[in-house]
Amino acid sequence: MKGNVELIIDGKRLDGRKPLEMREVEMKVNVVRNADGSAYVRFGKTIAIAAVYGPTILLPKHLQEDKLLVKVRYSMLPFSVDERKSPGHDRRSIELSKVIKNALAPAIMLDEYPRAVLKVYVEIIQADGSTRVTGTNAASLALAMAGVPMKDLVTACSVGKINDTIVLDLNGIEDNNSQADMAFAMMPSKNRVTLWQMDGQLTKEEIKKMIKIASDACKKLYDMQKKAIRGAFK
Amino acid sequence: MMIEEYVREVLNKGRRIDGRRFDEYRKIIVEKDIIEKAEGSARVKLGNTEVIAGVKLNVLKPFPDTPEEGVLIVNAEFLPIAHEEYEPGPPGEDEIELARVVDRAIRESKAIKLEELCIEPSEKVWGVFIDITVINDDGNLMDAACLAATAALEVTKIPKYEEDKIIRGEYQGKLPLRAKPVIVTVAKYGRRFLVDLKKEEEEIIDTKVSIGVFDGKVCAIQKQGQGYISLRDIETILELALRKSQELKKVI
Amino acid sequence: MIRKIVLPGEYLEEQRGRKLGTGVYKEGTKVFSAVLGTPKISDTEISVIPLAGKYIPKVNNMVIGVIKDVEITGWVVDINAPYMAYLPLSEGVKEFVDIKKVDLSQFYDIGDWIYCQIFKVPRNKIVQLSMKAENARKLEGGVIVKITPYKIPRLIGKGGSMIKIISEKTKTTIIPGQNGLVWVKGKDVEKAIKAIELIEKESYIYGLTEKVTRLLEK
Repeated sequence: MKGNVELIIDGKRLDGRKPLEMREVEMKVNVVRNADGSAYVRFGKTIAIAAVYGPTILLPKHLQEDKLLVKVRYSMLPFSVDERKSPGHDRRSIELSKVIKNALAPAIMLDEYPRAVLKVYVEIIQADGSTRVTGTNAASLALAMAGVPMKDLVTACSVGKINDTIVLDLNGIEDNNSQADMAFAMMPSKNRVTLWQMDGQLTKEEIKKMIKIASDACKKLYDMQKKAIRGAFK
Repeated sequence: MMIEEYVREVLNKGRRIDGRRFDEYRKIIVEKDIIEKAEGSARVKLGNTEVIAGVKLNVLKPFPDTPEEGVLIVNAEFLPIAHEEYEPGPPGEDEIELARVVDRAIRESKAIKLEELCIEPSEKVWGVFIDITVINDDGNLMDAACLAATAALEVTKIPKYEEDKIIRGEYQGKLPLRAKPVIVTVAKYGRRFLVDLKKEEEEIIDTKVSIGVFDGKVCAIQKQGQGYISLRDIETILELALRKSQELKKVI
Repeated sequence: MIRKIVLPGEYLEEQRGRKLGTGVYKEGTKVFSAVLGTPKISDTEISVIPLAGKYIPKVNNMVIGVIKDVEITGWVVDINAPYMAYLPLSEGVKEFVDIKKVDLSQFYDIGDWIYCQIFKVPRNKIVQLSMKAENARKLEGGVIVKITPYKIPRLIGKGGSMIKIISEKTKTTIIPGQNGLVWVKGKDVEKAIKAIELIEKESYIYGLTEKVTRLLEK
């Protein structure tokens, strides 16, 4: 049963972190030469590469709308997990692709490129929890590098509850044994929430507390995103 | 005037096209046990939205990490009869999202006592298959789907199982349940918060948050659509969802 | 020394009655950057010059395109944009052409490069092109280089100074399309391309002209 595994011992998590401590974070841009924009983001052992192509011509024509069509594909590579994951688009990745699209779209100025398409790919190279938020951070960096007009960057992190304690940035074992886990993304300089998912059991007060922790963490991640982009121009 | 503009104009005046308050559901009708062949079933009408959920039970091998627990599988299909835009074919992202959010509300509230569904550890457990089908889409499929699934589970019976065979039509008892989760989807339009969107309203409102609720606690959250909510909206949304969940629970 | 770089969402300044140029948006009276780029703020205008991004076709822009298809009454042209472009016969050829008798490929054939002007960007986004502009022409021979469209003004330089230096030092003709395609033909094409690529890569540094001059004199 979930919640029975001991994940916090003497106030420390199994990987040595304090409850509200992020794993080591690494961010790089321009990691895929052919893409219009690309980025690499690592949260501990979770590694995501995102690449953006476009805006480009959208065909067939009947799909064209008065605003830019954003297509997102999230996928976890076969070797990214303990047991080989068969390649291809399963139900989970279809849902997550949609959720990530809805996390990015509010920031993108869709009216700038009507009738065109923007393709965003998020590849999870290695998975150890919090893959969708790691991927969202990478996608946001890739969009900025591709010169896509946006109102803000999008910054994401996860919060959860393990052994009755609220923790930031769940790793794989914590994710699998959590009492609740929440994925969260925001436009950090506008305080606008663009991704919000939760499964588990929480009270309203707990949720409010977790949102505060997540939004504070996003502000710190936002500084790292800015640093990563500026680092490419030296 | 295009219908979209009309809906917008009415909303901007602080009203809704069918005269409801912003926090008011349409008339809800729940009929249980409508399909004799299913182990459990329910039809939910939410205004003109109609959803049928059927529950079937099968014996299968448990997952290796939960060798003594039954298995829950939720699936959703927007039937091509339900709307002119729906086509037959493999499930699309909207169907998958709906099924997965309803799955989470049921799973995380521990609505079904899956630990009581073991027949032979590591070998045989009951698999509970909930199939949600949309008969007519007039908006707010998420709330209707969860209502139908929860209502169908309420009347689900476990078939007799003798000599490795399921005897269909004969039952050994009721499916053991512990919670009645419901989903309240709150939409944001400008500074207003609405529940139970009609299809025409969904066409123009693209920011929604579905909140799964049981016993005053939250068991699932899913922000949907290409819009955003402000940090300060979170409390308002949760309060509205918790309040409306009381009403939905009474209907089941 | 590098120029200041701003990111999408970063606050620039109060608008204070100034015109908003490219790469910015406002909320209330506050102006923010919409793109990754270098801010250009004056007494009359606030804008951000993007460091990357796809070309958005604008009326009167001079662009370089390649013929993709020859149709009965015109040509389909790829102009390195998220939209296809069309050169109608009436805008492509000055003299009267009897389409019953003449195959239009004798004017422009598939694979031909042209330097042309955008005369209309309709709502359906099939960009309408014209060869009627004074310097519009078919580009015979030469090499096409692709750079970020927003860096074309850097390539041209103040009053055409940058492009003139490259042209003179490499004895080449250089035609920059506002859609990010640059046509180069002449003696030291290789060196000219190196200079163009340097501008593409380091458009955000100060003293770019000196750096380009040094490269050309090597």
